[in-house]
Amino acid sequence: MILDYETLKLVWWLLVGVLLIGFAIMDGHDMGVGTLLPFVGRNDVERRVVINTVGPHWDGNQVWFITGGGAIFAAWPLVYATAFSGFYWAMLAVLWALFFRPVGFDYRSKLQNPRWRSTWDWGLFVGGAVPPLIFGVAFGNLLQGVPFHFDNQLVSYYEGSFWGLLNPFALLCGVASTAMITFHGAVYLMHRTEDVIYARSRRAMLIFGTLLLVAFSVAGIWLQWIPGYVITSPIDPAALPDPLAKTVLQQNGAWMQNYRTMPLTILVPLIAYAGIALAMWLAARGRTLSAFVSSSFGILGVVGTAGVSMFPFIMPSSSDPRSSLTVWDSVSSHLTLTIMFFATLIFMPLIVVYTSWAYKVMAGKVTADYVRENSHSTY
Amino acid sequence: MVSEQLVDLSRLQFAATAMYHFLFVPLTIGMTWLLVIMESVYVMTGKTIYKDMTRFWGKLFGINFALGVTTGITLEFQFGTNWAYYSHYVGDIFGAPLAIEGLMAFFLESTFIGLFFFGWDRLSRRQHLLVTILMAVGTNLSALWILIANGWMQNPVGAEFSFTTMRMEMVDFWAVVFNPDAQAKFVHTVSAGYVTGSMFVLAISAYYLLRKRDVTFAKRSFRIAAAFGLASSLSVIVLGDESGYTVGHAQQTKLAAMEAMWETEEAPAGLILVADINEEEQRNNWQIEIPYVLGLIGTRSLDKELPGIKNIIAENRERIISGIDAVRALEAVREDSNNEQARAVLEERIDDLGFGLLLRKYVTSMDDVTPEIIDKAAASTIPRVTPMFWAFRAMVGLGFWFLLLFGLALWYSIKGTFEHKPWLLRAVLWSLPLPWLACELGWFVAEYGRQPWTIYGVLPTHLSVSTLSVESLYGSLAGFVGFYTLLLIVEMYLMVKFARLGPGSLGTGRYSNESAHA
Repeated sequence: MILDYETLKLVWWLLVGVLLIGFAIMDGHDMGVGTLLPFVGRNDVERRVVINTVGPHWDGNQVWFITGGGAIFAAWPLVYATAFSGFYWAMLAVLWALFFRPVGFDYRSKLQNPRWRSTWDWGLFVGGAVPPLIFGVAFGNLLQGVPFHFDNQLVSYYEGSFWGLLNPFALLCGVASTAMITFHGAVYLMHRTEDVIYARSRRAMLIFGTLLLVAFSVAGIWLQWIPGYVITSPIDPAALPDPLAKTVLQQNGAWMQNYRTMPLTILVPLIAYAGIALAMWLAARGRTLSAFVSSSFGILGVVGTAGVSMFPFIMPSSSDPRSSLTVWDSVSSHLTLTIMFFATLIFMPLIVVYTSWAYKVMAGKVTADYVRENSHSTY
Repeated sequence: MVSEQLVDLSRLQFAATAMYHFLFVPLTIGMTWLLVIMESVYVMTGKTIYKDMTRFWGKLFGINFALGVTTGITLEFQFGTNWAYYSHYVGDIFGAPLAIEGLMAFFLESTFIGLFFFGWDRLSRRQHLLVTILMAVGTNLSALWILIANGWMQNPVGAEFSFTTMRMEMVDFWAVVFNPDAQAKFVHTVSAGYVTGSMFVLAISAYYLLRKRDVTFAKRSFRIAAAFGLASSLSVIVLGDESGYTVGHAQQTKLAAMEAMWETEEAPAGLILVADINEEEQRNNWQIEIPYVLGLIGTRSLDKELPGIKNIIAENRERIISGIDAVRALEAVREDSNNEQARAVLEERIDDLGFGLLLRKYVTSMDDVTPEIIDKAAASTIPRVTPMFWAFRAMVGLGFWFLLLFGLALWYSIKGTFEHKPWLLRAVLWSLPLPWLACELGWFVAEYGRQPWTIYGVLPTHLSVSTLSVESLYGSLAGFVGFYTLLLIVEMYLMVKFARLGPGSLGTGRYSNESAHA
């Protein structure tokens, strides 16, 4: 095989990161638009304008989420199994919130009834706001470690409860995540709309951009006092994955370790700050496309910061630290990682190309006139 | 030990959500090609009516597609949420086709479906046709990868067990991709989708013709659906037979249960048409059979035997006994990976490890195994015969009914008299729900027939579940039932409304009912 096992394990940490960041950027702006929908659109036509900015694209963008899930299944099966079953009710809440999106988009404007339409508008709000909130809360919990252990046959047992996930630090991360997605959606809406919706989106952009900067900073400071995790046994990165083969300790300041030993990684949180701040500055001046690119970098920085802080941990266990899942011991076989690597290498560029083409075809401002003239074919 | 209630509830939830999802999938699969055909005619002839057809049938397709997407996410989540040990144990193989499905197929389908609906005025005719074709290709590729994953559950090729990682690992990717089970299932399943799509267009067109409205539109749609439907129902039968052959090869238990074949028959075995099944005494009280046919389907020969249920149970009993040592050896190497003796036993008995694991349903430790428990486990290796037998026959019967119906529809389409045959139009209209029934029955036979395994011969169902509380399962099941019922009501309401409105819902001014919808 062309790449050795250790390299592939690292590559897959990066690729899962790419997929999650891709999800946050692409599906994220749809979700942000959904979250803002009831507030920036005050009458039916305005709301249809808002919905139709993402109408042709939300479905393709949602596949980032599905593929991200599939890639975690294929590359980190233990993480997929342990996290999805452990966070059972949180995952179901995400799932059920997502239910509102396909039907909300497609069914909303098929009937004239105002109550019907307003119900789906709020459905789209739920489908936009709940998933980022829960993902943020989930990351907040991962950073603190979650209570689970494996038995000798690698059956996972989760010892916490849904309500246990809702602790103050995790909720703060949820706020940061929701603010990030809403901010990103607001920037996108500015790019695709005009007049009143543009003005309202601009205000939302400033509010949520500021909230994001504050929440991200507070979470960063708070993180200094949250005990991280360190592997205390010798690591053989090329070994066959067995999460029970190591020993792990909880340690104060461990999540800052990577920034000390690899100072270049400090760039990641810096990209978060620079991306968000620059996006706010550009968007405020009406340079919306550059602002969107910049806020995408901001997202890369924010998600990346969580990843880099925890590396090599993916899902630390607070109740049985040695059961913690890391990039070294929760991965698929060498062959599967190789195949999935090449599959991604081939298809990811293709996806980027045809997605860009789809956006190019649909480019331009969505206007009230456009929606009225095409009321039978638009959402 | 995992409680049986948890296993049953997890199975029920998966079965309910998967079968619900498959209410929407076959129509999507079939409609994409019908849309490609209609739009191709438009691009070739330039006649607006074919564009209207593409758009109107596309509108109904969209209503269906929305729920297909909604319910599809559930399935991907559910392996992790409810089948955690399964996900760990076989994720190395099973996860790959799912991820590739996303990368290769679902992105394609979903990106171009947006342009299909929104791109009419922004793309040239040829560009838009290309978009529709790519959407169809994506949809069908998606089915391919999902069925490669499912085919592997039926016939787990190209993988080996590793005790260090305590899971199955892929050793031959191409064996997984070209798994004969997966390929046979793929062509059979997409053909079933084509039949569903054709019946949908045919029946709704028949409805317009019975009402004598939008006649030109309906006649053209009817003809296309009749031709495509006949080809599809032929292929669903022929390829279903191929599927029967591969099942006979890889899963003798399923075939034997489907056929209520208790004893090993002399080759070539006869095909039982109907039977009065007596599960208690493991025999049929009476049966009507056609000689030779099953032997031909199952073995493609006149001299190979097909084993009966009693023989299979006796064989499996031996494998369970051999599997006990495999499980013990596995436990020993998990304690101490340098235990050479245990490693040797495990290696020798590895093919029976799954059979040993069947006993974990009844006992925690292999020391507590008694001959009665072994008997019980051996008997459990055959799914219940009655539902398998009848579900399979109902599906096949429906298949032949579709063949007849599409045959007649095409025959009278060629003669040009179908609009004056109200009996035919009514038969078609009333048959509208039947393809869905046939699809669900097919999945029932395939998945219920795989029991007691999630991965045939490798991983028993009762070991595959997540360690959740029974209360959680009741809660989530109730949530799914509530959500799905509501969504189905909404979907059916819109579907019926727009099917009734007809092409007038496009607002072009060329059809009836224009004023009924703004």
